[in-house]
This record gives sequence, structure tokens and C-alpha cells, in this order.
Amino acid sequence: MDLTYPPEAEAFRQEVIAWLQANLPSGWGTPQFKLPGDPKQRRAWHVDWHRKMHAAGYVGLTWPKEYGGQGADPVMSMMLNEELTRFEAPQGANALGTRIVGPTIIQFGNEEQKRAHLSKILSGEEMWCLGMSEPGAGSDLASLQTRAVEEGDFFVVNGQKVWTSSAHLANYIYLLVRTDPTAEKHRGISVLLVDMKTPGIVVRPLKQITGESEFNEVFLQDVRVPRSNLLGEKNQGWRVIMGQLGYERSGGSRGMNCQRALEDLVRLARNTYRNGKPASEDPIIRRKLAQLAIEVNIVRLTDYKEMTIQLQGGRPGPETSFGKLFWSELNQRLSSVGVQILGLEGTLSKQSSDVVKNGEYLYAFLRAYGNTIEMGTSEIQRNIIGERVLGLPRG
Amino acid sequence: MFFDLTDEQKAIKKAARDMLEIECPRSYVRAMMDDARGYQPELWKKMADLGWMGLALPERYGGAGLEFLSLTGLIEEMGRFLLPGPFVSTVVGGGLTLAAAGSPVQQESILPKLVRGDLLMTLAVGTDHGRLDAGGVQNSAVRQGDGFVLNGIVRLVPDAQTADIILLAARTSQQHEEGLTLFLVDAKAPGLSVHPQYTTDGRKVANLEFSSVRVPSTAVVGRVDGAWPIIAAAQRRLTLSLCAEAVGGAGMAMEISVEYAKTRVAFGRPIGMFQAIKHKCANMLVQVESGRFLLYYAAWLLQEGASEAPEAVAVAKAWCGDSYTKVASDGIQVHGGIGMTWEHDMHLFLKRAKVIELSSGDSDYHAEHIAKELERRATAISSAR
Repeated sequence: MDLTYPPEAEAFRQEVIAWLQANLPSGWGTPQFKLPGDPKQRRAWHVDWHRKMHAAGYVGLTWPKEYGGQGADPVMSMMLNEELTRFEAPQGANALGTRIVGPTIIQFGNEEQKRAHLSKILSGEEMWCLGMSEPGAGSDLASLQTRAVEEGDFFVVNGQKVWTSSAHLANYIYLLVRTDPTAEKHRGISVLLVDMKTPGIVVRPLKQITGESEFNEVFLQDVRVPRSNLLGEKNQGWRVIMGQLGYERSGGSRGMNCQRALEDLVRLARNTYRNGKPASEDPIIRRKLAQLAIEVNIVRLTDYKEMTIQLQGGRPGPETSFGKLFWSELNQRLSSVGVQILGLEGTLSKQSSDVVKNGEYLYAFLRAYGNTIEMGTSEIQRNIIGERVLGLPRG
Repeated sequence: MFFDLTDEQKAIKKAARDMLEIECPRSYVRAMMDDARGYQPELWKKMADLGWMGLALPERYGGAGLEFLSLTGLIEEMGRFLLPGPFVSTVVGGGLTLAAAGSPVQQESILPKLVRGDLLMTLAVGTDHGRLDAGGVQNSAVRQGDGFVLNGIVRLVPDAQTADIILLAARTSQQHEEGLTLFLVDAKAPGLSVHPQYTTDGRKVANLEFSSVRVPSTAVVGRVDGAWPIIAAAQRRLTLSLCAEAVGGAGMAMEISVEYAKTRVAFGRPIGMFQAIKHKCANMLVQVESGRFLLYYAAWLLQEGASEAPEAVAVAKAWCGDSYTKVASDGIQVHGGIGMTWEHDMHLFLKRAKVIELSSGDSDYHAEHIAKELERRATAISSAR
């Protein structure tokens, strides 16, 4: 047991801090600083920030050097994430590419695919989304119906995806398709890497309960995908998906994020007065904050545990379901306490003159509902823990 | 950066598990519940011969001088098998406290015997219903001639029946925390009487009554009126020992329940196929694994002497105490009617869990400490800005 960082990581921390201080816009982190309100301008700002981070070598730290990474130890990437979170700086504009699709291509892709995509994922030239759920296949992902039929050197794809995060911003989609409708449902699936400019793809944003649009419907009609864009083997896609879900569900810097959110709640409770006293003196609020602190510790230690497995050369497996499940439910509790401390003012939306912190607490409260649904619902995570960790019979 | 036990620590756990699997079946646990002493001297001797007593005690007294985390892992295994007996009281309450704060003469006269398994101890600190506050210590020590005279009652002292030496906290002045002194008291001293009480888990606890018990001034551990920091440090180690027992016990309660869910058939299939049961079992795993993370983290901070250790101990106890009770409660529910019987073992886990939950401060008590620490840190951050 040793949770201290090695000296080279501490030196790297100083480098990152200096870089952030030099490169974050002036006024960053103060209440006066605001990112552009217009979604397009805000996106442009994030893309520009991604480029800066990439130029500094901070995107894909742990990826192999031959594909544009730095070949660094995972501890360095944990350190980088910690500092980015401490400064509340964005982690880059292509999280689905860098955290999920890239590692999956590294694990399952052929040499040609690695050369074609990995460095572009890091630079942000390729922005990725994941085409997984369908109107008839959510938790029961393996029953997906989007068809891909082989015609010469192409797959011709027809079907529909839904809840596709960032599809409206992406130029590539990691697409799950059915290539053998006669086989058992897990054995007829393949994964295709698809250019979103291919004719026949239509993206329609969906408005979420927050009022924003992060996810989309994606319609696919006679989309011709070169056979060389098949990731892994034909009909063996479920193996690829299991690997990909491990990357998707593993934490990274969830603990640090929750830690920041908790510190913010403590500040909020100290600055919110009820009947002449700060809410932080209310024993019930104190008990809630303490319980959150206990659980934030668990998320932080889960990050360390996952990091340790990585350092020992392991890949994320079914145990990541534990981290995803715990974090998602904690994040809902965390974000509901913010609104509760504010009381009725917590329900004010952005356009109100009395709104606190631009409605961030209300937004966080509403957005967190997605946490126990996306990346596999809590019910699915409990099934995975029950069946694959504890060995209970499948239902 | 390495969040796991070392290979050596894992090997210690594994050896303990193999040994206790044979030596501590639940028939032994049940027998000891009705036994006045609460443990078998033959097993105690075997444990001492394996080096368990001295695992974390200095080598000069015959110990192995290992870190606290190694001992934590050992106690976790004891919790798994519900091992009864005064191990934690003797080794953690007595031995480690004396090793940290006793004089060389005191250590020399006690620790080698303790390591050999020839001497039992307990730490006796008065509490308010299991909550740790200096105000809970009401029994007194008054200076007289070359020594002290002890009077008063200390309630619910674990393993007081069998202890040879009692490490006693007594009030030497009215200053709240700065008025406490620790004494080494021979359990056979005239004027000391032991009144057994019977907690639901069948472990041994007793009230100690002191009527003009005389001790020499050489019995003082540390300095007069200076016991609070020693007691606080000892309580942190004891609290984590309870957490270790809780994690081990909850883990076993989970395994028994999962095994039952795999084999018990209802509506034509194993009940573990039903999500209502499967998800309960998954929740048990979350409880147990989370507790283990918090336990190892706090034990590591404690052995490193880190300033965050007290908060981490509070966090671990607040979680592990509650979670053992939750897991054992769900365990009874998963078993249905058989889980409610005396014959089935699940209630042994529930009862131990409830006692642990309410020992060394319950989760509400520790939550307030955590809340204070959150406030302290917020103040530190805002004044740094």
C-alpha cells in the first residue's frame, strides 16, 4: 500500500500546474468568468482548448508513442486528471474518442486501423461518438437490429441508433451492427468504424430534461462502409463491446470530481443562511454532508484501485461495474443536496434574476438522472456484479 | 502508487484463513458464547505459536515488528470466522498501546509474556453508551503517598473477565481531556471486582468496580493527566480493528447468502436468478468492497502517521459499522424463514455486527467528526485565498 506519487509524477504535477496557470484564460475559476452561452461558440472554445492540450502533449499521455501518444505511465495520466479537475479545467473535447474508442482500437484494431485513427483521435481531427442503443435495444443491447449486409468489399448498413451522445458534434461513429441475424443474438454482432460523412446518415438532436441537447437519434439508410473498417472479427463484436464497456465504465478521475463537488457544497452550506444561521450549522445538513464525504472517499479509492490494476498490466473487467454503479448513485445524491441547501431558490432556472451560480446546481441535479442510465443502467450493473462477480445464475 | 495489500500481507491473511477454517468452525463460536472464558487456551497457544500476538509488536520483545496493515488483514480474517476471544483487547488495546506509550520497564515486564500468549490484557476506558468522549471517564484516581487510590465503575469493558492486566483510564483532575491518566492494574488487585454483562453476540464484557484499589506510581503509563492523546491513538487502532472484523464478517455473511441463493429453489429455479435477490447480493458486495477500501486506506494512513488518519478512521467506522449490519440483515432476508432461526448461523453475524456498529461510536457520532473536519478544511481553503 502506497498512495504517494513517485517523484517524477510530482515533478510532472508542477509542470502541469505551471502550464494551466499560463494557458487558462484570465479570470478562470472566478465567479466573473463565463464560457460563451451560445452552444456553438462554447463548443468552439472547447475544441480550441483541446488543441492547446494536445499541442502540450497532454492528450493520450499513456498511449503508445508510435500512434501519437507519450507512452507514459498511467500514474502520470491520473496526476494530469487530478490537476485538471483541481483547476476545474475541461478534460478535452473528444472524451468519447480518447477515453473509450481509442483504447478499444488499441486493444482490438489492426495495424492499418491504428495508423488511420489513433493520432487523429488525439489531435481532435476525428471526433467520435458511439452508436450503441436502439429504440428496441437499450439494456438488452445484444438484441440490436441495425443490419449490415456484406456486398463485395462493403457492408451496407440500415437501421437506427438512439441516445447517441455527441453524434451532432462527431465526424466518426463506432457502430454496432448485426451481421448474422440467424445466429444466437450475442454471436451475430460486429463493430464498424464509420465516417459520419458517408451518404445515408442523418443525425437528429434530442432535447434532454436539462433543456440541452447532448444526445441524438442517428438514422442509417443504405450506408456503405468499406469492409476494412470492421473492428475485430465479423460476428465477434460482443468481445469488442465487452472490452469497450470496461473502458467506458472505469473511472479515471471521478473521485476528484466528486471531491470538488463536495467542497463546493460545504462552501454553499456555509454561505446559505436560514433563519439567521448558516445551513452548515443544521445537524441534518451536517449529517448529509458527512455521509457524502464518506462515499466520496469510496469513489476516490475506487479510482486508485482501478489505477493499481492498470499499473499491474490488467484491463478493466466486470469489477468496473462496481465503480460505475457506486459513482452514479452517489453523484445523484451529491447533486440533489446542492438544490436542497438552496431550498426553493434551488429550483430557479437560468433566466431568473435571483438564480444562484447560473443555475449550475439545478443543472447538475437534472443531468445526474442520466448517470444511472447511461453506460448501462444500475440494474444492469447489479446483474453484472451478481452474475459475473458473485457467480449467481443468469435470469 | 499502489492500492492493495503487499504479497506478504496477503500471505498472512491466507495462512490465517487456512488455520481458522479448521480451528474456528461455527460450532466453536457457539460453544464459546456459553463458555465463561469465551475462548480455548489451546487455540490461544496455537495462535501465539504462529506469531499472531506479536505480529505488530517490536522484535526486541519477541514480535515480528510488522506494520499495522498486516495486523488489520489478520483481524479481518478473524472477523470472517467470528473468532471469539480477547485477541483485539490484548494485542491492540493492551500490547500496541503499551508499545507506543509505556516505559521500557513496563514494556519489558509485559510484552514478552503477551507475545508468548501467557498474558491477557484489556483497555478500560469509560464511555457514554459506547461513544468516545473524555466526559465518559468518571472513575477516579487520587494520589496518596507514593501511589494512587482508584475508585469508581467502568462499564462494558471488553474481555475484562479474562484480562490479567487492565490498562485503565481514570480521572486525576477535573480538566476534561487533560485530566485523565492511564494505569496498569493487576486484575487480582484487592478491591477490584468484575461483574459480567452479556451482550447479544456472546462476547465477554464486564463492568469493573474499583473500591479503594491501590496502585504504585510506577503503574502510571505516560504522564499524570497526559493520557488523552494515548487513549485517542489507542481508540483509533481499536476502532479500525472493529472495522476489520466488520469487513471480514460482512464478507462471510455475503458469501453464505450468495451460496444459498445459488442452491435454494423456488418457483422452479434458484432464487439467485430473481433480480430481487440478485440485486440484494450485488448491494452486499458494494457494501463489503467499499468497507475494505476504506479500512485499508485508514490503516495505511495510521501506520504512516499521516495527519488525515483520524478522519479516515471516522470515515471507515461510519461506513463499516453500518454496512456489516446491513449485509447481515439482508442476509437474513435472503434466507427467509431459516434465516430467522437460532439454528442457522446468520444471526451470529447480525449480532456481532450490531455490537460493532454501536462500539467505538456509531455512524452518527463519527459523521459529526467528519462534518467538523469538512468545515475546518473549508476554513483553511478560504483563508488561504
